[in-house]
Amino acid sequence: MSKQSAEPVSASGAEEKSSTGVLEAPDTDVKSLSRERDAAKMRQKGRLGGLNPETLIELYRQMVLIRRFEEKAAEVYSAGKIGGFCHLYIGQEAVAVGSLSALRKDDYVMTSYRDHGHALAKGMAPESLMAELYGKATGCSKGKGGSMHMFGKDVNFLGGHGIVGGQIPLATGTAFASKYQGTDQVTLCFFGEAAVNQGSFHESLNMAQLWKLPAIYICENNRYGMGTSLERAMSLQNVAQKGEAYGMASEFVDGMDVLAVREATARAVERGRKDHLPTLLEIRTYRFMGHSMSDPGNYRTRAEIEKYQERDPLKLFLATLKEEKIVDDKKLKEIDDEVHKQVENAVRFAEESPFPDPAEVYTDIYANPIDPSKNRSR
Amino acid sequence: MPTITIREALNQAIREELARDERVFLMGEEVAAYDGAYKVTKGLLNEFGPKRVIDSPITELGFAGLGVGAAMVGLRPIIEFMTFNFSILATDQIINSAAKMLYMSGGQYNIPIVFRGPGGSAFQVSSQHSQAIESWFAYFPGIKVVMPSTPADAKGLLKSAIRDDDPVIFIEQERMYGNKGEVPDDPDFTIPLGVADIKREGTDVTIVARSLMVPIALKAAEKLQEQGVSCEVIDPRTIRPLDIDTIIESVKKTNRVVLAEESHPICGINAEISSQITERAFDYLDAPIKRVSALDVPMPYAKNLENLVVPDIDRVIAAVKEVAYIE
Repeated sequence: MSKQSAEPVSASGAEEKSSTGVLEAPDTDVKSLSRERDAAKMRQKGRLGGLNPETLIELYRQMVLIRRFEEKAAEVYSAGKIGGFCHLYIGQEAVAVGSLSALRKDDYVMTSYRDHGHALAKGMAPESLMAELYGKATGCSKGKGGSMHMFGKDVNFLGGHGIVGGQIPLATGTAFASKYQGTDQVTLCFFGEAAVNQGSFHESLNMAQLWKLPAIYICENNRYGMGTSLERAMSLQNVAQKGEAYGMASEFVDGMDVLAVREATARAVERGRKDHLPTLLEIRTYRFMGHSMSDPGNYRTRAEIEKYQERDPLKLFLATLKEEKIVDDKKLKEIDDEVHKQVENAVRFAEESPFPDPAEVYTDIYANPIDPSKNRSR
Repeated sequence: MPTITIREALNQAIREELARDERVFLMGEEVAAYDGAYKVTKGLLNEFGPKRVIDSPITELGFAGLGVGAAMVGLRPIIEFMTFNFSILATDQIINSAAKMLYMSGGQYNIPIVFRGPGGSAFQVSSQHSQAIESWFAYFPGIKVVMPSTPADAKGLLKSAIRDDDPVIFIEQERMYGNKGEVPDDPDFTIPLGVADIKREGTDVTIVARSLMVPIALKAAEKLQEQGVSCEVIDPRTIRPLDIDTIIESVKKTNRVVLAEESHPICGINAEISSQITERAFDYLDAPIKRVSALDVPMPYAKNLENLVVPDIDRVIAAVKEVAYIE
């Protein structure tokens, strides 16, 4: 896989194409839905080999944590506890969890404003994220970033970024730095398919391939840029194919299958670590909630959402784990209880934490603040 | 002290800092194999190799953002814009990423980066290649903005900018690269950011000038001295943070102010300086503050029209006479 390829790299050939086909079918009847669901399950089962039960259960636990955290965020948002924009990750959990599970702890992760899921999957504490949503001093960004700007320097989570596509050159820079510093760290850079239309995407891919930088560009294709569908916004809707324009290895991935995401990312990580080569992954997913909490959602049909909910990444993975007897009901309850407790603790922590001290409004503007009146020698 | 050009002074600063700190690298269009579009980076590729001195594609948003990302994880990039006109493509990364990263990450990620290159009026390159846009950057908290006017300032301030832990916009004047002056050759010579310099002492009128306007103000002051008018010329050198105290002290002494700049008058730096003088020293003023700026038009190509746009010695002299009530 280290070989440079102008062709989109497909690890498992026809299988990937068929998963792509599922996502592209506009109208499907119930029978074909269940057929597709079963097929997806079969494919997922084929990926179980070599993974120990603890790893599989941990993947599931992380996905449940993100789901419950986001549901709680929606709840407290509606109750007026948190302000501003709030972009939820529900439906896309397999992407963050699967891809980050293929990383080492010291690898870098950067994403857009839809960042809660990635922050959790990178190992940030739910308390510090919830407190950030509440705008509290104990938040991961001290209450200065909010939903869109979670940062966790201790786990190399380099933030949620608010301008569509803005994080793509930044992540290219961290990959550049890793190579410059002679480490074998890789950078995962997440963005939505709408960011692919920004110049920053194309400029970054060009530099990354030109200079052979260990960046893994992960397009989370959830089919909508806010309320504008992919079909209404992109002339060539095959995002992975755009890697060809830069001679970059690229791959389609079923984003509803956490194991498919993990495998594809692992291939990209190897390419990055061993050969300092970038990869473009188009991970096809779907968000079950609106673009943000204020989204009326009138640009897509209930039927369409239900179609994707049939392939809910949590449901799919849970069915696999149960059928393969990797978890039983007792273990599931344990996970649910643990996650429930984590999220409730996070809310309590956020509720009980103080707002930032007013003096904080003037801190963190400069690392070396300069007071000209003190600097003058006269 | 050796006498060298601003171009050579900048080259020395970059060379010394590349040698001093392995984390410093230089990236931009034509900075390496071509030796720099304005030859500021001459010889650096040869000396430091392609890992440290990197020719970028013409992709300003991309390489500006790459620099910011590299700065997040321990490098100290010098990003050259062939001219600051092209930085306009990169403003999202400069403003939304570099300037705000430390704040919105709650103090976790500072951005030690220098964005440098020529700016201001050039010679006969019309509207898109000849403009002063420092006020855009100076508007934003989180950024520092430096504009040197002499070879010594250029070297000392650039070295400080490279060693600084925040994003610094360092604007060199395109017409001034060949200007000469004495520069210390001590590799530890630096000038702190945020300190104005009194380029000429005087008692009757304060002229605040930066970049290209400094030599023009000094020549105007010489001519005015012949007519018995003593001008004090202050160069803020750093416009964010601005050493307003030095300006205010001078105003309290002279009671008359001319503010000279080559940028457009509307929303320019001098509008800000004027406002701060009014707030802090209104009672000391014996005449309204007078601004000398570029005309409020895009830069024309024709030589005679271009000469009308960029402030010259005569316009500065006329302004000084106006505030001094001299016919």
